[in-house]
Amino acid sequence: MLLQIDGLTKAYGPVAVLRGVSLTLAHGQSLALTGESGSGKSTLMHLVGALDAPDDGSIMLDGVEITGGDDAARAALRRDKIGLVFQQFNLIPSLSVAQNIAFQARLAHRHDPARDAMLAQRLGLSDLMSRYPEELSGGQQQRVAIARALAHAPALILADEPTGNLDEATGDAVLDLLLELVTSTGAALMMVTHSTRLAARLDRRLHLSRGQLAPLGSG
Amino acid sequence: MVYTALSTLFSHWRRHPGQLAMLVLGLALATALWSGVQAINTEARAAYADAAATLGQDRLDRLVRADGRPVPLADYIALRRAGYLVSPVISGELRAGDARLRLLGIDPLTAPPEANTPTLQGEDFNLAAFFTAPGLLLMTGATAAGPLPPDLPPIRTTESFPPGAALTDIGTAARLLGQSDPSYLLIWLDQPAHLPPLSTATNLQRVAPEQRADPAQLTESFHLNLTAFGLLAFAVGLFIVHAAIGLAFEQRRATIRTLRALGLPLRSLLTAFGLELAVLSLFAGLVGIILGYAIAAALMPGVAGTLRGLYGADLPGTLSFDPIWALAALAMTLAGAALAGAQAMGRTARMPILAPALPQAWHQASTRQMRRQAGVALALLSLSGTLALWGDSLILGFGAVACLFLGAALLLPITLSTLLRLAQRGARGPLGEWLLADTRQQLPGLSLALMALLLALSANIGVSTMVGSFRATFVGWLDQRLVAELYVTAQTEAEAARLVAYLTPRTEAVLPVVWADTTLAGRPGAVYGQADHPTFRDHWPLLAALPDAWDSLATGDGVLINEQLARFAGLSPGDSLTITPGVTLEILGIYSDYGNPEAQAIITDDLFAATFPDIAPTRFALRVAPTATAALASALRDDFGLPADAVINQTQIKRFSLEIFEQTFLITGALNLLTLGVAGFALLTGLLTLADMRLPQLAPVWALGITRARLARFELIRSLILAALTFVLALPVGLALAWMLLAVINVQAFGWRLPMQVFPADAGRLLALALLAACVAAALPALRLARISPSRLLKVFAHEA
Repeated sequence: MLLQIDGLTKAYGPVAVLRGVSLTLAHGQSLALTGESGSGKSTLMHLVGALDAPDDGSIMLDGVEITGGDDAARAALRRDKIGLVFQQFNLIPSLSVAQNIAFQARLAHRHDPARDAMLAQRLGLSDLMSRYPEELSGGQQQRVAIARALAHAPALILADEPTGNLDEATGDAVLDLLLELVTSTGAALMMVTHSTRLAARLDRRLHLSRGQLAPLGSG
Repeated sequence: MVYTALSTLFSHWRRHPGQLAMLVLGLALATALWSGVQAINTEARAAYADAAATLGQDRLDRLVRADGRPVPLADYIALRRAGYLVSPVISGELRAGDARLRLLGIDPLTAPPEANTPTLQGEDFNLAAFFTAPGLLLMTGATAAGPLPPDLPPIRTTESFPPGAALTDIGTAARLLGQSDPSYLLIWLDQPAHLPPLSTATNLQRVAPEQRADPAQLTESFHLNLTAFGLLAFAVGLFIVHAAIGLAFEQRRATIRTLRALGLPLRSLLTAFGLELAVLSLFAGLVGIILGYAIAAALMPGVAGTLRGLYGADLPGTLSFDPIWALAALAMTLAGAALAGAQAMGRTARMPILAPALPQAWHQASTRQMRRQAGVALALLSLSGTLALWGDSLILGFGAVACLFLGAALLLPITLSTLLRLAQRGARGPLGEWLLADTRQQLPGLSLALMALLLALSANIGVSTMVGSFRATFVGWLDQRLVAELYVTAQTEAEAARLVAYLTPRTEAVLPVVWADTTLAGRPGAVYGQADHPTFRDHWPLLAALPDAWDSLATGDGVLINEQLARFAGLSPGDSLTITPGVTLEILGIYSDYGNPEAQAIITDDLFAATFPDIAPTRFALRVAPTATAALASALRDDFGLPADAVINQTQIKRFSLEIFEQTFLITGALNLLTLGVAGFALLTGLLTLADMRLPQLAPVWALGITRARLARFELIRSLILAALTFVLALPVGLALAWMLLAVINVQAFGWRLPMQVFPADAGRLLALALLAACVAAALPALRLARISPSRLLKVFAHEA
C-alpha cells in the first residue's frame, strides 16, 4: 500500500476540520475527493502532502510515517515523493517555463531532460518553454504546474482542483495524461474536485463531509 | 464623509502598528538629520552676524598699517588733532592652556555710533568701573561660563556679543595684552566736510569691510557642505517614507475600492488621504525636531571645533532654540511627506473602482521603464561630468555632485538587473538559479531602498577617500615642512638676540621664523622671511616653479607664494606680486599650504629685513642632531630659562596639527555614519514591506521541498548579494565623488587641490559595514520567515479550510 491514513484529526482553534479520517491508496490507483466548501478537503491534502501536521492520527507514505518528522524531513519527503498541483498554479514567477518544470526534479536530483521534453510535448508546452508564467494564460500555467508535479516521477500526486481553471476539453486532456502517467509509473493520484463528471473517471471516489469520509458511488 | 473616510483609513494603522512606526520613524529621522544640520547652520550664522556687527565691522572702514603691526599712537593723535573722526581699538587674544579669550578694547568716548557696542548705560552699570583699573569685561553668559584665562578683571554679562570674546576699555585691553598702540582705527562714516580726504592725511592703509576676511563668507562652503549632507539624509529618509506609504496603499487597495464602491467621492477620499498624511507628518515632524535638536546639540561642539580649526571662526559650543527653525523643519517635513505620498495619491486618483483588490508589487518597473530611466541617468551623468570639468564655481561643483548622485541612483536598477542576469547564466543548481532570478524580480520593490544605500555608500566612499587623501597628503606635507627638530619662541627681541647667541654654538642651524601681516593681491595675508638653507631647499615641495627658483629666492630676486593665493588671484610662476607698497617681485614658485585659509608669500630673510625693518624675529626653527634634541630642549628650559611652552619639538607640532585635522573632519564622519544608518533602516523597511507580499512567491518553493529555515537563509543571502552588488556600483560613484570633492569643491571652497589616493582597506571596512547593515536589515524578515507557521504559507494555496 502506498498511502495509509489512520484516524487523522485536525482542528483550527475550536473548529474541528478533520475528525478521524482514515483511507488507503495503492500504487497505480486514483482517488477523487469531493465535498462541499469547508469540508476539509484541502486540509486533508495538505496533511498528506506533508505541508502541515495533524493533531492526531498517522499517515504512512511508502512505508514511512510522515507525521512525526521535523521540518527538514517533511521537506525532503515533499521533494522526493510527492507531486503537488495547486488550484492557483503557484508557479515560480521568476523562472521560465522550462525552469519551472525542471525545478522540483532538480531539487530531488532526478532531473531527466528527456522526460521534461516528453511532458512538455504531451501538455502542449513545447513552444512555451522560454516564456515566463506572467506571459501565459491560466490554462497554460496549470499545464506547467502539472508538468512540474510529474517531472520528478513522484510516488504520489496530489492535485487540488487541477482542472478548475481549464475549459472542459483541455481539462479532460489533462486528466487523461494524469491518469495515464499514474498507471504507467505505478504512482498514485489523489485529486480534489467539485466535478462529479471528472470524479467518475477515477478509480475511487470519497466524499468528505464535516470532517469525515464517506464513499461516493462505487469504490 | 471625510471623517468617515479618515477614520476608516486610520483603522489600517491600528492593525499595522509596526508599519505606522516605520512611517513615523522614517519621517522623523529624515526631519531630524535635516533640521539638525539646519540648527547648526542657523546657530553658526547668528554667531557670524554677531561677530560681523561687533564694532560695526560690517559697515565701518578701518585704518591699519600695511605691515599689520599696531598703529603708532602718534599717528592716531595726529589724525584727531587734524579733526578726523577716528577711534582706536586694541584687539588681541589672551591664552592660557586651553582657555582663550579675544579682547576688544575700545574708547567709548570716540567710538562711532555705528560701532554698535553693547550698552554702557543703565542704572546698575558702573561706568567708572569700566574706565578705571582693574576695568570691566563685557561678555556673554556662555563665554563667562567657559574656560577663561586667569587673573581677569571683573566680568559683566551681556547679550549679542560674539562667543569667546570680551569687550573692555582700551586701557584695560592695553594692560592685559601688553600692547600700548591701537591695533587699528575705526573711521566714522561721516567726517567733517571741510577736511581733505583721509588718504591725504596719513600713510595708514584704509581697509573696507568687504576687504577683510569675513567668517560668514569663509565658512559658506562648509555650511553648504553640511546642507548637502542634510539634504542627502533627508532624501534617504524620504525613501523610507515612500516605501511605508506605498505599502499602506497596496494593503488598502481593497478598502479604497470598497469605499469608492459605497459612494465615497474621489475628492473626499483624497482629502482624507491628505489629512491622514498631514496628521502623521506633524507628529513625525515634532518627533524629528526633538531628535534633530538632540543631534545638533551633540554635534555642536564638534562643529565649533571644526570651524575654529579650519577658519578660525568662533562659535558657541552650545545650541539655542529658534522657533523659526522649528517651523521651517515642520514645513520641510510636510513637503517631504507630500512628495513621498504623491505617487500613492496619484494612483488612488487613477485607480478604477473595479480594480483588483490583491496587493501587487507597487513599483513593477518594466524593462522599458528601466531603459528610459537609464537614458535619463546617462544624461545626468554626462551633465555631471561636464559641470565637474568645466564648471568654475562652488554651486556648479555641488550641481555636478547632485547630478552624479541622481544619475547613479537611477542607473542602479537596470545595472543590478543586468549583473544578476549575467550571474544567473553561471549559476549552478536549481536553488542558485531561483535565488538569482527571484532576486532580480524583487528589484523593483527594493530599488528605492537600494538607491538610498547606494547614495549612503557612495557618500561614505567619496568623503572617506577625500579625508584619507587629505590626511595622507597632510601628514606627508607636515613631515616635509616640519623638518626642524625644535621650535623656540622668545618673549622679546632682546631675549631673541640672547637666544640666538646661546643657540648658535649648540645647534647645526638657527633659522628665524619671521613674518609681517599684509595684503596680498587684495586679500589679507602674510609675508614670511626665510633663510636660504637646505632645510627648505631640500624639503619644501613646489607645485610649480621657474628654473632655479630657490637660487633666485636666495638672491632676493623673487617670491614664493602659497597655492591658495595662486588660485585665488590666478597667479603663476613668472607673474608679479606686490608684497607691500613699492615692493613688487616676480613669482618664482608655488608651494602647497594645506589648512591655511590666508594668502602667504615667502621672501629671503635679507629682503624681509630690508622691507619690514621694524620686525625682528622672535621665533626660531632649530636644526639639531636628533640625539641631542632632548638635551637641548631641557637646557633651554632649565639653563636658559625659557618657559616650557616656548620650546616645542617637531612631534608636538605634528600631533597638534593632526588633532586639529581630526577635529576638522569629526562632523563629516558623524554625518556619514548617520546617513549610512538611515540607509540601513531604509533597506529594513523595504525588506519588511516586501516580506508580506512575497509569501505567494515563497510558498510554492517551500511546498516543493525547501524548509522555511533554508528559505530564511536565502533571504539573508539575497540581501547580502544586493548589498554587495550595490557596494560594487557605489565604488566608482564614490571615487568619482572623491575626485569632485578634491579637484572641484575643495579648490573652489578652500583654494587648494589635493592628490587623490585610494584606500582599499577603508573600502573593505565599508563593504563589511554594508554587508552587516544588509544582514541586520534582512535579519528580522528572515527570522519571521523561518518562524512562519505552515498555516500562513498554506493560505497561499488553500481557499477553504
